[in-house]
Amino acid sequence: MIRVNGEWMEWTEGMTVQDMLNRKGYDFALIIVTIDDRLIPDDEYDETRIPDHADVKALHIHHGG
Amino acid sequence: MSANVDIFERNVADQTEALRDATVGIAGCGGLGSNIAVSLVRAGIGRLILVDFDRVEPSNLNRQHFFLSDIGQLKVEALSRHLTAINPDVRIQSHPERLDADRTPVVFREADLLLEAFDRAESKKWLIEAWCVAYPDRPIICGNGLSGAGDTESLHVLKMGPITLCGDGRTDMTIGLSAPRVAIVAAMQANEAVAYFLRRHLARRTATEREREIR
Repeated sequence: MIRVNGEWMEWTEGMTVQDMLNRKGYDFALIIVTIDDRLIPDDEYDETRIPDHADVKALHIHHGG
Repeated sequence: MSANVDIFERNVADQTEALRDATVGIAGCGGLGSNIAVSLVRAGIGRLILVDFDRVEPSNLNRQHFFLSDIGQLKVEALSRHLTAINPDVRIQSHPERLDADRTPVVFREADLLLEAFDRAESKKWLIEAWCVAYPDRPIICGNGLSGAGDTESLHVLKMGPITLCGDGRTDMTIGLSAPRVAIVAAMQANEAVAYFLRRHLARRTATEREREIR
């Protein structure tokens, strides 16, 4: 199991950041992702594998400043 | 003119010492950035690196720390003047340029901490990624969702590793931007920065005291 934004989610062997986003239905273009407090850049979503028991955060970024 | 008076007399304990040697970067000097800078200079920040390519327009005055007499001037230049009018001893490095992912680590190399103060979400995203890849151990404090008016209770702080997000996490600027709500989020970002430097100062002092004890 992993935690995504504090909620438990089933973990599968080889699960990538992109797999997690697809499964959660997070299809926003503007999102930032951390795994165990480390930022994963956008161009690494397809290749970065999420380890079991990881604490993942994925948050949508909004305009305005 | 130099400040011959102690403007930081009413600061929180240790705050003046914690901020005196601190350098922050501010990416964008609009609604968030100008208000963050004013807060941090009043708090006693030692050094600022300001970046913004834009000039002051009349539509900025509903929320940004500028005046009618600033219209047409570069934001970094007008803001620097206002900041040194508060504290003449603050050191400011201004970059009137359009930042990109490649320039980010170069321009902010000497910053202990970065404050994200851009308008567009696309820019926020590449800034966060460029900073965290270049300096994974240095914090970045961002504004995320600050449009509209009222709804103060929805404003909050979220932490994800080195990234701190301040705002409601949902509103977009298509609904308009209002001075108080923008200033609250700017103050939340500045407050998080002050808290970081206070923690760092106290941790360093504890380490020094321990070293003395060991000797």
